[in-house]
Amino acid sequence: MARIRLEALRHSYLKQPARDADWALKNVDLQWQDGGAYALLGPSGCGKTTLLSIVSGLLRPTSGRVYFGEEDVTGQPPDRRNIAQVFQFPVVYDTMSVYDNLAFPLRNRGVPPAQVDARVREVAALLDLEAMLAQRAAGLTADGKQKISLGRGLARSDVNVIMFDEPLTVIDPHLKWRLRSKLKELHQRIGMTMIYVTHDQTEAMTFANEVVVMHEGAVVQVGTPVELFERPRHTFVGHFIGSPGMNVLPCEVDNGVPRFAGVPVPTANAATGTRAGARTEIGVRPEFVRFADEGVPVRVVRVADAGRHQVVETRHADTVIRVLLKEHETVPAEHAHLAFDAAFTRLYVDGWVAGETA
Amino acid sequence: MSAKPVNQRAWWLVLPVLLLVAFNAVIPLMTVVNYSVQETFGDNQFFFEGVKWYDEVVNSGRFRDALKRQLLFTGIILAIEVPLGVAIALAMPRRGAWASVCLVLMSMPLLIPWNVVGAMWNILALPDIGLLGWTLNKVGFDYNYTRQPLAAWLTLIAMDVWHWTSLVALLAYAGLSAIPDAYYQAAKIDGASPWAVLRHVQLPKLKHVLTIAVLLRFMDSFMIYTEPVVLTGGGPGNATTLLSIDLVKIALGQFDLGPAAAMSLIYFLIILLLSWVFYQVMTRGEEQA
Repeated sequence: MARIRLEALRHSYLKQPARDADWALKNVDLQWQDGGAYALLGPSGCGKTTLLSIVSGLLRPTSGRVYFGEEDVTGQPPDRRNIAQVFQFPVVYDTMSVYDNLAFPLRNRGVPPAQVDARVREVAALLDLEAMLAQRAAGLTADGKQKISLGRGLARSDVNVIMFDEPLTVIDPHLKWRLRSKLKELHQRIGMTMIYVTHDQTEAMTFANEVVVMHEGAVVQVGTPVELFERPRHTFVGHFIGSPGMNVLPCEVDNGVPRFAGVPVPTANAATGTRAGARTEIGVRPEFVRFADEGVPVRVVRVADAGRHQVVETRHADTVIRVLLKEHETVPAEHAHLAFDAAFTRLYVDGWVAGETA
Repeated sequence: MSAKPVNQRAWWLVLPVLLLVAFNAVIPLMTVVNYSVQETFGDNQFFFEGVKWYDEVVNSGRFRDALKRQLLFTGIILAIEVPLGVAIALAMPRRGAWASVCLVLMSMPLLIPWNVVGAMWNILALPDIGLLGWTLNKVGFDYNYTRQPLAAWLTLIAMDVWHWTSLVALLAYAGLSAIPDAYYQAAKIDGASPWAVLRHVQLPKLKHVLTIAVLLRFMDSFMIYTEPVVLTGGGPGNATTLLSIDLVKIALGQFDLGPAAAMSLIYFLIILLLSWVFYQVMTRGEEQA
């Protein structure tokens, strides 16, 4: 068990990376505490799987260091790092029984048979696999196989961290939820560090205490689900998390006051750090926008019924602003005005929230 | 619900296929069956003989010897070509320019016509002027495939291994390339040795392509004709007279249509039976997977 520290990690799959876009990872610094449940969240191609492979040792970073506790493990192969990994597609050894699958990593490490047996039975109990120990692993359903992949990690007593690389991709929707709560429950029971890679915000938010949001090879924000929702540090986070995502409105800053469509918009953060030529935007979630008697004039374009609430799409000139209303609230006729909740409205400069530097 | 009119005319659409199958399979086969139960004389005179020829073939020492030689030959080349092919596939590079170079090199023997392969080895192994034969004799081996049965067998086996191991290697290579990286990564994390990876990841994943490779090599080698004929014509003596060579000798050499037809059918049934056995053995345990 150990804290994991990543220091100035950079990685490129090319031999001679030249442009910025050649880097799959651009300078990542992260710390994961022992026993935490973390999620790496981001769209496909954002570098999250690359980062995971570097932590597990399947990939050696172009530059930067990986520390487990105080030890520098950057150059160590995966079997020396004491990690376990569950892959996107379930990996089981087809010719072996469930029991032998779970025992495999222990036998490879020369653990005495009596101890192997005890561990395997313990893990099988933990994962509800006891009834199928004698079955051939190849005959199991996808979620059963995924449990075996996880079980091979749990069986080892030396594991520092278990990593999940989009483990629910091939699981049926109704079983996804069950496996997810099983993971959460396991984390609480055994207190092992877990890192969960996904592009699904619901999976990330329900599993993790702390979510790392990645975008184009960089970490844009690390925070609890609530922080990511209420205080996105980057317009990407605002847009990627939440359904629908945050409204991002291009604005002018005039004497320290952001203005959209000529209307002054009070924000939670001060308009510092703006420069000439910088892109300035106002970010506000649809949850914090409401119809008012005065404010930003808009045209109501369409209303989508999303069950417990309605998503109202409005437009000011070419800019779309979405508003979230409760189920039975009335939507004004075509022309209306919008007001933003200042506590949850922020000014962003070149994508980053004003007042903080990237 | 409106009842659809029943129309049997669609059966006419099957007719072309039926005709094709009849002309290229059923009718020739039935001709052979017909010959196999009759005695032929000149002037197209035929007499029904029942199972006499079958009885004669099965009980003839000549057929049994040819069958034994055939089983031995097929057994030896399967035992060499399958493991060797897998080993070559494992050693071939997975990606990069060398992968393409290896693939091209491995395909070369497969592109050479059978009789050319026979002729090449015939000349290569000639004891007086062939590179291989001459060298072997120079370094002290008494080697002459036209006179020594063992030398003829070794040459025949070497020739077949040279010609066909590529097929097994290419099939195994395709099978290996289809194994997702995650399996290797998981095995690495589980601390599996290279041997354990071979035993528990690679070979199980290769099972299906190897089934195909074994079946193809079994059937092809059981029917081998051209190469031994070009090499030694089945000799020295009858040393390399395999089933197909014996069959041709009876049918065309002696023009014994009845026994040749009976032997053809027995030959065919043996291949069918053994293929079925191979298939059953190799796919055993699949249904619970």
